[in-house]
This record gives sequence, structure tokens and C-alpha cells, in this order.
Amino acid sequence: MSNRRFSSVLKLSILSVVLAFTGSVSADPVKAAFVYIGPTGDHGWTFAHDQGAKYVKEKMGDDVVITTVESVEENSDSERVITSLARKNDIIFTTSFGYMNPTVKVAKRYPDVKFEHATGYMLEDNLSVYSARFYEGRHVIGKIAGRMTKSNVIGYIASFPIPEVIRGINSAYLAAKSVNPDVSMKIVWVYTWYDPGKEADAANALIAQGADILMQHTDSTAPITVAEEKGIYAFGQASNMREWGPNAQLTGIIDDWGPYYLARVQAVKDGTWTSSDTFDGVKQGMVKFAPMNNNMPVDVRNEAMKAIIDLSMGAIHPFTGPINKQDGTPWLAEGETPPNFPDLLTMDFYVEGIDSKYPN
Amino acid sequence: MIENLLIEIFIGITIASAPLIFAAIGELLVERSGVLNLGVEGMMIVGALLGFVVISHTGNPYLAVLAALVAGMMIASIFAFLTQFLLTNQVATGLALTLFGLGFAAFAGRDYTEVTIDLIGPIHIPILSEIPYIGPSLFSLNPLIYLAFFMVYLVWWFLFKTKQGLILRAIGDNHDAAHAIGHNVVLYRFMAILFGGAMAGLGGAFLSLVQVPIWGEGMTAGRGWIALGLVVFASWQPFRIILGAVIFGGITVLQLHAQGFDIRISAQYLSMLPYLATIVILVSLRMRLKNKTNRTVPNCLGRIFHSTT
Repeated sequence: MSNRRFSSVLKLSILSVVLAFTGSVSADPVKAAFVYIGPTGDHGWTFAHDQGAKYVKEKMGDDVVITTVESVEENSDSERVITSLARKNDIIFTTSFGYMNPTVKVAKRYPDVKFEHATGYMLEDNLSVYSARFYEGRHVIGKIAGRMTKSNVIGYIASFPIPEVIRGINSAYLAAKSVNPDVSMKIVWVYTWYDPGKEADAANALIAQGADILMQHTDSTAPITVAEEKGIYAFGQASNMREWGPNAQLTGIIDDWGPYYLARVQAVKDGTWTSSDTFDGVKQGMVKFAPMNNNMPVDVRNEAMKAIIDLSMGAIHPFTGPINKQDGTPWLAEGETPPNFPDLLTMDFYVEGIDSKYPN
Repeated sequence: MIENLLIEIFIGITIASAPLIFAAIGELLVERSGVLNLGVEGMMIVGALLGFVVISHTGNPYLAVLAALVAGMMIASIFAFLTQFLLTNQVATGLALTLFGLGFAAFAGRDYTEVTIDLIGPIHIPILSEIPYIGPSLFSLNPLIYLAFFMVYLVWWFLFKTKQGLILRAIGDNHDAAHAIGHNVVLYRFMAILFGGAMAGLGGAFLSLVQVPIWGEGMTAGRGWIALGLVVFASWQPFRIILGAVIFGGITVLQLHAQGFDIRISAQYLSMLPYLATIVILVSLRMRLKNKTNRTVPNCLGRIFHSTT
């Protein structure tokens, strides 16, 4: 008898807690969703986006409800996931290039929901695109790599031949070449964003072929662990990977999405959201750097710091002419810099001097 | 220079193929007993996680390998219980096991994406490892790679040189007959499934203990499925597992090296190759079956055994 009374008291108290809870959130929080290509534990690309999502939650508290979906493949799965999120959310961030077509499709079907697609170039009234000028980061690490390599071979682990990855390769190569005319770049495409085993295989292959400094455009920490083990240098990708390569990581390119995500979610809450095209870099703080490693010579570090300062003041552009395409046809004239569209956002060629064949 | 490169390529291939050998040789024994376990990927990833967890806490590679074995067996025992005692459909149960393993490992391994470990390094066999060319490529490998080759031998020896192996094959070919003459079908199959789980766990742990010193969700990246294809490729013959694993694993490594030399082969075609090869082998097995010249497919593969007496 007393037991039963106790349980009914318990039920009542649970009910009142639930009521209190629903009462407190009835101020209509913004519902924001994020679609990720990999696991948030990759400590690379997806990790950085997830940090951004957490930043929004931290700043907006009860005014926002965040849903995240991890490891969504860039096939018909993604359209299904985006559609189901569109039914329940006010704004959806799709954070990989390969989500472009599904995002456009779903955006057309749900005109009242706001969409934000990372690294793409297709705009709609309710679909924004945003990306970071990672190639500015590549410019800095390219300069460091050009100075630090002894074998004059830079190894580059690339994921898929999409504009963002190509921009990074070209920018890093041009920067390395500008400080070291003898430098060459070996590029290996692994055709995955996240497969630690394969990324490590690629790193080993590049090292066996003479590379003594590695760059990666894949999401796991595997390549930097290989660099650490082999006693060579590498750069963190998307987040600080110091933990996995205390000696190997010279610096790292860090993606800071938090402030952008906060501004966009806040805009939905305030009713001021409009479709926009954002392409920010070091200057706006979307691209940052991991601390420079102490094992770098002072002059190399100073040169890198100067490049970062120049970029943050907008004083330099990593793609400043004259630059020819790989086949020798002119791309940029003396002193010319490329427009965002189409040159940067749809880049599909190597610059002159890179030996590797362009992947088809 | 070129010699060093060849040695590096050779070592790279052994590292890429060892996890496949472990997982496939375990599954081969399971299938020889007449059970089809599609949960290899799930058992591998749990082995990869547990091995990593144990080495990150204890730093002891032996304990880590043991933990991976046990973890694989634990996951496999779920499958064994469901299919052998509750007589569930093996294909569905195996698929469920893979999904469960991937999800469980992702969930349980949350805190371990932030840490790194010391890899289990190669050993240098005295004297032999100093022979030029052969020494560094054959006698300075990771101990687990030698273990992988030894397991293949062990499974072959068990299947074809012991009485229990003969009984296990008989059960795989005709469980009713084997049961009728008094063999314990369920016991044999249960044990085989546990062995398969242990090997898959070890294959997974190879990735997180030898190949890369990190744990990451989904880090097996489809290797369990390749191992399943490999068993068919090997047409259930233990030593052919090595051949297949070297081809399947070697394709990846050679392809990466080829790119360094600017030789372009379509990555999409290459990733299809293991599965295409498996289909070709399957078809050719069928042809041979028709002619009754070769019967290697275990007859009772995937069939539920229900003793009526």
C-alpha cells in the first residue's frame, strides 16, 4: 500500500518535472540540424564542424535545439537523411561537398526550411553556401614545407578531386615553390575521406617514395601518426592534431565554424536569415592555425607568421599571377587574382610545375 | 634506393593483407562447419576497439591481443547462441551482428578517439634478418604477421590432418548424416563460430595495434566484407586465403605506389576488383560443380540444423 502511494508520488513528481521542462522551452527554440560525412571522433573535418555546433549550443543555450547525424554517406542515403531532418528543423547544415545535389533537391521541396551547404556553389532562395579559404592555410603550410624539406619531395594525401581539394594542392605547391624552386609534390588520391588504414598506407607509400614532409586532405589522424613514427614532418588537418604527432606536427590548419554557425542560427531566430554566399578565410577568423612547433627554425617560423599576418590583413592572395595552368595555358596575368566564381569555386586543373597527371 | 622501395612495398602489402588473412581464415573454418556468419565486420571492429582500449590502459601488447580475441569471441557467441540454439536465420543474424558491432564499438569507443598508443612494432629475427633483401622483407616483420601465416597453416592442419577436422568437414557437408552417426553438430559449430570470432577480433585489432595507433569509429572500412569474399575466392581452401589476401591487400598498396609514379589506374575499378574476382570464382566453382569434378562448397552452408531425435 505504502509502496503504491510512493510510486504515485513519484509519477506525480516526474510529471511536474516534465511540465516544468516543457514550460521552460515553450519560447520556441530554433531547431538546427547538422549532417556530417564522418564520425565526430575523427578529430578532423567532422570534429571541427561538431565543435562549431557545440559552440552554437553553448552561446544560445535553451534558444536552440541541435540535432546531428554522423557518418552519412554521399549517396542516396544523404537525401533521405536531409529530407527527414527537413520535416523537423528550421535550419540544416550539410557539411560535405558531395551533399550538394541532395541538398538542392530537398531545399526545393521544403521552401520554408533554411539550408546551408558547405563547400559547394549552388544557391537557392532558401539555400546558402559557405566555405572557408583553406587554401590560405595551405599557403602557409606550403611555405613551411618548402623550407623544411630536405629531399625536396612533399607528399600529399588527397581525398577526392573536387575544387576544394584541388585549390589546396595548387596553393600549397605554389607557396612551396616560391621559397624552394627545387621542390616537387607527389600526390596520392585515396578516394575516401575517412579510412585510417588506407590513409596510413598512403602515407607509407609517399615516404617510401622519398617524401619527407606530408600534407593531408583526409579526415583521420592516421597520416600524422605515421609521420611521427617515421620521424618526419606533417601538418594537422582541420583541427589541432598535436596529440598524435608532438614532433611531427609543425602546425595545423584549424577550421573555426563556430561564429558563422552562431550568426546563421541567430539570424533564423531573429527572422533575418537570407540566402548568402560566404567564403571566409584567415582574415575573418574562419581559418586558424595550430601553435607552431618549437622544433622549427626561427626564420621558418617567422616567415610563416608573416604570411599569416599578411593573409589576415588581406595584403596577399595565394593565387597571384602570373600563373599558368599545368598544360602551359595562361590562367592569371601578372598581378591578377582570381574571382571566387568560377575560378576558385570550380577549380579543376593543376597549376604549372606539378608533375602528376590530373585525375579524371 | 629501388631495392628499399621494393622492400617497403612488400612490407606494405603484408600489413594490408594480414587483417584480411585473420578474418578470412576464421570465417573459412566457420563456413567449413556449414555456418555462414556475415558478422565479420562487426566482430572485427569490436576486436579493434577492445585491443586498443586494453593497450592504452596497460601498455601490454599481449594482453591487448588477448582482449581482442576474447572480444571477438564474445560477439561471436551471440551469433552462435542465436543460430545454434534458437535456430535463427544465419544471414539475417549475421547482418544484425555487423550492424550491432559497428554501433556498439562507436558508442563504447567514444572516449578513445582522443588518445594514441605505442604501436606493436616489427621484430628482427637474429641472423636471418641480416641477409640482404630477404632479411628485411621476410625476417623483420611484425610478429602478428607471422601469426597470421601460422594460423592459416594451423587451420589447414586441423581440417585435413586431424579427426576432429574431418568431423567438422563432415558436419559442414551433411549435418543430418553426421548427427545420425553420433557427432555433436551444435557443439562443433559453436566452437567453430567462436574461433571465427576470435580471428576476426584479431584481424580488427591488427588495424588499431599494428597499422595505425588510433581508434576510430568504422575504421575497419569494409575489410570484413572483403574477408567474406576472400573465403569464396579461396574456394574454402586455407592456403588460397594467403594468395587472395595478398592480391586483395596488394591491390590497394600497389595502387597507391603507382600513383606516386604517376601511373593512373581507376580507383573505382580497383575497388571493384576483389568483388569481381569473387564472382568469377563463384561462377567457375558452379561450372565445376556441374561436372562433379570438384566439390569444395560445404553442402550445408547456411542451412539450419534441427535435430529431430
